[in-house]
This record gives sequence, C-alpha cells and structure tokens, in this order.
Amino acid sequence: MPLRSLGSSTVPQRSLLPYIVLGIIALAIVWGLVATGVWNDILKYRKDIWYLLKQHLVLVAVSGSAAIVTGVLMGIWLSRPWMARHAEATIQVVNMATAIPTLGKLALMMTILGIGALPAIVGLWVATLLPIIRNTYVGLKSVPGPLVDAARGMGMSPGTILRRVELPNALFVIFAGVRTAMAINVGTAPIAFLIGGGGLGELIFTGIDLQEFGMMLAGAIPTALLAVVVDFLFGQAQYWLVPRGVNPLRNS
Amino acid sequence: MIRLDNLTKVFATGQGGVASVSGVTLEVPAGATCVLLGPSGCGKTTTLRMINRLVAPTSGKIYIDGKDTDTVDPVALRRTIGYVIQQIGLFPNMTVAQNIGVVPTLLGWDAGRTRTRAEELLAMLALDPVEFMQRYPGELSGGQAQRVGVARALAADPPVLLMDEPFGAVDPVNREVIQDEFLRMQKSLRKTVLFVSHDIDEAVKMADFIAIFRAGKLEQFAPPDEMLARPANEFVAGFVGTDRTLKRLRRIHVAEVMIASDAQAVDGAPVVRTTDDLRRVAALFLEHGVDSLACVDEGGRAVGRVTRDGVAARLRAA
Repeated sequence: MPLRSLGSSTVPQRSLLPYIVLGIIALAIVWGLVATGVWNDILKYRKDIWYLLKQHLVLVAVSGSAAIVTGVLMGIWLSRPWMARHAEATIQVVNMATAIPTLGKLALMMTILGIGALPAIVGLWVATLLPIIRNTYVGLKSVPGPLVDAARGMGMSPGTILRRVELPNALFVIFAGVRTAMAINVGTAPIAFLIGGGGLGELIFTGIDLQEFGMMLAGAIPTALLAVVVDFLFGQAQYWLVPRGVNPLRNS
Repeated sequence: MIRLDNLTKVFATGQGGVASVSGVTLEVPAGATCVLLGPSGCGKTTTLRMINRLVAPTSGKIYIDGKDTDTVDPVALRRTIGYVIQQIGLFPNMTVAQNIGVVPTLLGWDAGRTRTRAEELLAMLALDPVEFMQRYPGELSGGQAQRVGVARALAADPPVLLMDEPFGAVDPVNREVIQDEFLRMQKSLRKTVLFVSHDIDEAVKMADFIAIFRAGKLEQFAPPDEMLARPANEFVAGFVGTDRTLKRLRRIHVAEVMIASDAQAVDGAPVVRTTDDLRRVAALFLEHGVDSLACVDEGGRAVGRVTRDGVAARLRAA
C-alpha cells in the first residue's frame, strides 16, 4: 500500500475563512439596517427577543440532545448483527418518514399531543432523529469487516469492539449526521410557534402577518445567528473529538 | 504444541451443508512453524480461524499445549493467541503505540509497562520507536504496517501465533525482507506458529512443517524437504511444481553435504560458506562448469569441499 495521506487537499485545514466571510456579510447587513433606520425598529423588541430566545433555546436544546442520544442508540441497535434481518427495512421506514415535510410532522404531533411546547419538542425530536439514526447505522456498517474481525481475534468483547473500534471509526460519519440534523432542528424550530410552541417564530410569523419588517427581522436575525453558532460548535466538536487517524479534516 | 484432532467444519447453505474442513488431524510441536498451504477455498483459513474460535468447529477437538480449547472462554483464549491478518487489521483510529497495546490493555497491564513493551517490539522489528509510536496506520507504508501488525500480535508474548497471509499485501522485495526478519526473530522467540499462505515459495522458506489442503482435506503434512522429495499424491506434486528439486535446494545448507578436509581453495576459484544454501552451490556449479567447490567457515578458513555427487546423494537420501 502506498503512503496514504489522510487529509484531502480540497479540505482546508480548520479554515476560518467561511466565518470571516460570514462576519463581513453580517456587518454589511447591519450597516444597511442602521442606514435605513430598521435597526431601531428591531431594537424595540429587545425584551421580546430575550424572552423568546430563551424559549427557542430550550426547544432546540431539549429536542436536539434527546435526538442525538436516541438517534445514536437506535443506530447502534440497528447495526448489531442480530438486527441484520430487520435493519434495512427499518431504515427504509426511517427514510420515508424523512420525506414527510417538517410542517406535516408538527401538525401530526399537534393532533396527537395538542398544542404547546411538548408537541413542538416531540415534532422537532422526530425531524432531527432521522439523519442521526441513518448516519450512525451507515457509519457503523461501513467499518471494514477485517477490523472487527481483528478485534474479535485479539480477544475484545463485543462491547469493547463497539467502544474502541466501531464507534471511533464511524464517528466522523455520525457527526456529519448530527450536524445535518441540528441544522434541520434549528431551521425548523421557528415553525414550533404555529403549534403553540413559542420561540423566535412568534416574532417572525407575527411580523409577516402585521407586515412589520423590524419585528420579523427581530426574530429572523437571532435565528440565523443561532444556526451559524450551532453549526460552528458541532463542527468544532467533530474536529476535536474524531480521532486524528480517521478524521479527514485533520492531517497532522 | 497445537494438536488438531479430526477437526471438521460444515457451513449451512441453502442447498444443505458444505464441508469447508473435513477430518483434519495434525500436530505442530512447540516452537515450530507450520504453513497451511493450498488453493483458495481449500479450508486453510477456516482451519486457522477455528483455532482461535472465530469459527466454531462442527466437530473435532483442538488442543493447545495439551489443553482442550473447548474448555476455555473464547475471549480469554484469544488473548493468549497472537493473531496477524493483512495490514488492514490495524485500527486506523489508534496510534501505532495504541495498536500494539491492545491486548496488554485488555489484560490489564499498566500504561508504563504497555508502552515499554511497544517500544521494545518496534525496535525488534527495525522500526524506530521515537519516530513510529505516535503515528497512525494511515501514515505507514505497507511494509511498516505489516511489521506493526506482527508487533501487535507479539505484544503480550503469546506462546502461539496465528498468521493469515500476513505478508500477502506487501510488494515482493519488502516481503523477502520481512520474511527474513521474521525468521530471525522466530529463531530466538520459538513461538508455535500457524501460518496461512498460498505461495509455495513462502511455505518452503518459512515452514518447519507444511500442511497442504485441497477441498477441506489435509493432503499431506510433512517437513518441506520431505514434501518436495516425496509428494504424497498427484495433487501435491502438481501444487509444489515440477521444479520441486530446485525448491529443495533452498532448505539444504552446505554444512549438510560437505566433505570435511583442510585443503586450501585454488586462488581465484569460487568458494561457498557452510551457511549458504544449495541454490548458491548449484548456481556456481552451472556458472563455472565445475563439479566441486571449496567451502569456508564464517572466518573464511577452508573447511571442506562440496561435490556434485555429494549434493545428488543428499537429494536422493531424503
């Protein structure tokens, strides 16, 4: 086997460039808003932003962390040998469920659980769950067979193989699923308002209905910032937590 | 010592059972290297994998140092048996040091002892510990990865080593080098080694015993020289090749056929060392058109002669 370089040249090493570009765009937008006076309209909603942001964060944090825990566990469970006969069928169901629009899922939850934060959290949890299950399953299934074989042959127990060989080698793919899932979660969270879940969606949708540009932006801008921050955090986690030997983002 | 007693494996398929290994009985003495040889699908790998119970035998027994392996928990058993597969078996998420430390860690060694052992093994396999301990498998060449694989199998100093085509993924030049290193190491370590190969030359070079398989059955079990001299049947003869006499020359050394004398070599005439194998002798016979060569010892002193008749007598005698 030739010397294999783990880092692809197309993946810049921990580049901060995207964040710098985003920062410049954000500054330009803020400058535009200040120049047109909309910025002051937005600031009028300061108290509402704080109050609703906290609600919003609870929605995202509770549904997101529940989805990560349950999604990874279900992915592991489906990837176990004794599930092999049912796993593909289950994944197909998961895929079909993914195809249902998120708004549809929320509406479904409302018919079952009524209105409020609980159906919103459950709906978000379901929407977030699917990419995590799928990536965990696929990641674990694509760990090369000879690795697991070598681990067994050296006397690792099934639990040790999972912990020390399978999960570390699947972790990059699992993290990719978590990042996708959290992007969906943060992007969907504003819709929770429509079934009484609260959050920044209240400012966005009310702003649209009232044709209050400032009110809508008071919800939309924090939502967008939250998406960037969450993706940055999970990106960093992926960079640092996936072992260097199997992390395409880290070369040395 | 490893003893296989009427070992059989039948795999269930849609059309009923297929015997992958049937009724294999053989005994490898402690410290010997046995190469399991045969075409693909002949059951040699399945036989190997039954020894560390990665495959459960359908019937038959396996004894390691007289102990029935059925009576040992498979996970505990595997920690006492070194296992080398092709280089892909290194864990890419772990450094070289962590890879070598897998079994010691499973056995509960402390970090310091594990580390010292890893350094010791790397040095023994001609890899600089300072340079390689913290590397990942993806940063190794094929030959380096293969050496780390061997080091990992030896980490907890198991008495038995199972190797499944361990040098198969290495280029021919490096394969020779690693084979030589392994032979040198084995001389002092004296592990009981079972080694799967499909390469007759590798088998002749490495083995104290060759077990040749066809369709799940053991066709012949013998030391390389005996197998090459007297193949048990047509299949074995075909597998070892029509040049089997030439292959034998590799395993016979000048010392075995030398006629002792203190006659000095003629100046300028070719000489052979007592530690050379007969391939060199034959080559010199042909190249120089001679029937006899002077032999020298390690110090270069003349100690005897090797003659064409002497070589022929040795080849007939076996």
